[in-house]
Amino acid sequence: MADTSHGTGGLAFDKSKRAWPNEFNVFIALILIVLIFEALGQLLPYMKGQSMLFDFNTGRDGTILNMARIKIIILQVSIIGIIALGVTQVIITGGIDLSSGSIVGATAMISMSFAQTELVNGNPNPKAIFGPWAMDLPILVPIAVGLGCGLIAGSINGMLIAYTRIPPFIATLGMMVSARGVAKWWSRGNPISFPTDEYAAISNGNLVDGLTFGVFSESWVVTQVFDGQNPAIYFLLLAVLFHFIMKYTVYGKHTYAIGSNEDAARMSGINVAWQKVMVYAVAGMLAGFAAILLTSRNVTAQAGMGFVYELDAIAMAVIGGVSLAGGRGSIIGTVLGAMIFGVIISGFTYLKLDAFYQEMVKGGIIVAAVVLDQWRQRRAALKS
Amino acid sequence: MSDDIVLRTEDLTKHYGGVHALEGADFELKHGEHVAIMGDNGAGKSTFVRQITGVEQRTRGRIWLYGDEVNFAGPLDAREAGVETVFQTLALADDLDVPDNLFLGREMTKWNWLGPFRVLDYKGMRDATVAGLERTAVKIPNIRNTIRNMSGGQRQCVAIARTATFHSRLTIMDEPTAALGVQETAQVENIVRQLKEAGEPLILISHNMRQVMDLVDRIIVFRRGRIVANLDRDETDGQDVVAYITGAKTGAEYEGAA
Repeated sequence: MADTSHGTGGLAFDKSKRAWPNEFNVFIALILIVLIFEALGQLLPYMKGQSMLFDFNTGRDGTILNMARIKIIILQVSIIGIIALGVTQVIITGGIDLSSGSIVGATAMISMSFAQTELVNGNPNPKAIFGPWAMDLPILVPIAVGLGCGLIAGSINGMLIAYTRIPPFIATLGMMVSARGVAKWWSRGNPISFPTDEYAAISNGNLVDGLTFGVFSESWVVTQVFDGQNPAIYFLLLAVLFHFIMKYTVYGKHTYAIGSNEDAARMSGINVAWQKVMVYAVAGMLAGFAAILLTSRNVTAQAGMGFVYELDAIAMAVIGGVSLAGGRGSIIGTVLGAMIFGVIISGFTYLKLDAFYQEMVKGGIIVAAVVLDQWRQRRAALKS
Repeated sequence: MSDDIVLRTEDLTKHYGGVHALEGADFELKHGEHVAIMGDNGAGKSTFVRQITGVEQRTRGRIWLYGDEVNFAGPLDAREAGVETVFQTLALADDLDVPDNLFLGREMTKWNWLGPFRVLDYKGMRDATVAGLERTAVKIPNIRNTIRNMSGGQRQCVAIARTATFHSRLTIMDEPTAALGVQETAQVENIVRQLKEAGEPLILISHNMRQVMDLVDRIIVFRRGRIVANLDRDETDGQDVVAYITGAKTGAEYEGAA
């Protein structure tokens, strides 16, 4: 910026005057939570001075960081994190999506049935859903089917909300119940297993090794950092993509505008209904992609997959500062929210806290995040 | 038809069922002219504006804009033709900043082949915003601030600056200072003066007699759905206007109208 004065008394675009982004607060919260767990590990008598993130003794991974744990933290939130990227956009429009977990279930079943291999150890696939015509199909078929299922389910959500004007809560609640029904009906409740090697490699392969054509196969980065991390890599790539889309494209701007003031958006000539359909469709497609990663990772599909993922995804977004009132929040916030979510779950395990208590506390964290959001909004309202 | 007429209506009429909200309004606005529309509540002021801006479809009558007959199907049509309206309820998105709001729905973009994912030209929009604000002499400390963090006056200024940024051919303000304090009202009035100097035509709906007398060239009075007076600001005074508004007087050329 060469000239920021423009002569008309402080009328300017001045970088230094930009408000403190909310994401910094979330980031600081993340650091604090890590430090609390680290301190508890050092101080609690039964922990015997263990460290959550550092590994000073063995140096197993060639660093003093406990890479194994850090990788698990990211990996365990990445599939739900991908769903949260879509849910974030929905919440920014002022809506809510309760159907993503069930869309994962339905999509898991349907896409897996197009990813099966004909022969398992020389015998016909015992879990075959279709005849031989659907066996050993090119990898693109199950991926396209999976993304297509998510897209269709999301579009139905969007059209219901945009054109019948029923509340998003109701529309997606209906989809949540129906999609779970589809998941159970598809194979009459039976699990679907034995995918092709290519399909299993979507999650279990080494994406970085593949993308660099094996040139760095022996390197530390490929063997230590990125091995078995495909879902996390997809999560971060998609996060970067949607960060760009939400911040720098018309799609993103209109999404924020609708959540901010829907009437203003309509009066300004934004096609509000169509924009909503697109946002819910994108959210559905991301849930479909999460289902592909999940079934690939588990090399099986079950009708119960993705159960209550929608709530975890909403929690990640809300913890990351996405306002349920719409209009405010960001992809970066949601990624940080997902990290906080992962650190807390992982931290509880590290402190050997029972899974029962984990769930109880998780509910409390979600409520606390919403209370914090309300409090922030009131404070902002008082200031203006 | 003469070229220096910005807006002309003939026999503009709007009935809501049996209610004759607007009856045979003949109106003319010349280049660079600022005209106030006054009248009691329900006199037909807003109905008149809603017909011009395409928010409602008229029952009868014709409208010309810069000599061309127009039929706006909706408010967007009107905006595209250059009729910008500052509504009583500000059409601003609270969580977006000033350039975002100015360009809402008509963003400057590049890479348009990306369809809905075409990329915003932030720099272009910021520059145009700064230029638009300068033209209206609107002072906003930081255009990157979201509307939520602005005072009522600043918000109104942003709404008005939106019209200036797009080189509108006709600006309509519907009670722009009704909800503002003294200082903020002065701020908005300064912008209106700025528009006058720039030669931008304006229709101002206002109840504020002092403001109207200060700002406009001509006053049109509505009463019970009809135009009852067309007064030159210099040849009238507040009492006179009030007499027309209340029905104590009716303009000579409008005798028998109401």
